[in-house]
Amino acid sequence: MSLFPESRRGPVAHGAFDATGMPALVLFASMIGYGSMAREAGLTLWTAVASTGLVWGLPGQIAMVELYALGAPVIAVIVAASAANARFLPMVLSVMPLFNETPTRRGWHYAVAQFMSLNPWAAMMRDGPRMNPAYRTPYFAGFAGVCITAALIGTAAGFQMAGSLPRDVTLSLVFLNPVFFTLVFVSTRDRGQILAVLAGIAAGPLFHLVSADWGLVLTGAVAGTGAYLVDRRMRRRHD
Amino acid sequence: MTDPTLWTIVLLSGAATYIWRALGVAIAGKVSPDSETFRLFACIAYAMLAGLIARMVVLPEGILAESPLSFRLVAVGLSVGVFFASKRNLPLGVAVGVGTFALLTAVWG
Repeated sequence: MSLFPESRRGPVAHGAFDATGMPALVLFASMIGYGSMAREAGLTLWTAVASTGLVWGLPGQIAMVELYALGAPVIAVIVAASAANARFLPMVLSVMPLFNETPTRRGWHYAVAQFMSLNPWAAMMRDGPRMNPAYRTPYFAGFAGVCITAALIGTAAGFQMAGSLPRDVTLSLVFLNPVFFTLVFVSTRDRGQILAVLAGIAAGPLFHLVSADWGLVLTGAVAGTGAYLVDRRMRRRHD
Repeated sequence: MTDPTLWTIVLLSGAATYIWRALGVAIAGKVSPDSETFRLFACIAYAMLAGLIARMVVLPEGILAESPLSFRLVAVGLSVGVFFASKRNLPLGVAVGVGTFALLTAVWG
């Protein structure tokens, strides 16, 4: 039984098709911003492109590039990049049950984890439960493959175009990212997740002022746990 | 010639980020798959990501910090309003948000 409309072209092409459009466009645009930022910070074209492929998490990449430009010690750069990407722990944790049900060997899940990012994560959390388990891994591969391709091309393009784009255009390209993901997140339909999003919106900027490095981790721990407890209480009341 | 420390930084930043991802896979395999635990993990992930996006709008880093907060808030607010008014039309919502921001920047920026 599957409620997710399966494509005749197969799961890989289906995932790739779903990523082509808004997700790829938004990624491409934000990576143009990152590519030009990386060039100004002193990275080469190949280290900039490699950082997108290997780190594969924009907040961590930005932290890395900013601290490198400031001449910070290597260890400080790496710790900051890692801290800014700590969200991958709860992201991978929450999406993994969908993959644990699949016939894919567990070793592959470590590859899935490397290619996890916001777009395919949101798609899997939304549509994954309705998919046939065997459909999930190849669908994810197609989706994430298009995302990373768009991001790599965007990084290279941004690097080449650094300084030549008008400031207003760059600003709008970079602004695409928060606008798009705001809409992705406000459209969750599960009550616990809605509560978590609202609490996160309130706590995120606040905790960032408390600690720029660990504010997000605090946001997840406090706002996320709080939202879960409130939701559980509301569920129990209705039982 | 590329500075060798630059490659070290890129490779190690990738590895240091991967630690979180691998931990996620390892822990998820150990935790009993009862839905309560994973509901908690999902809430933490959604809160962190929403917090990240909110921070990008309210307290951005990089070039966005050069734009006035009011532009960003008005653009995101209109975008969310149009999105729900249009029965969750994502491309329309994004177009309105970025269009508003571009217009405000072009006229008063």
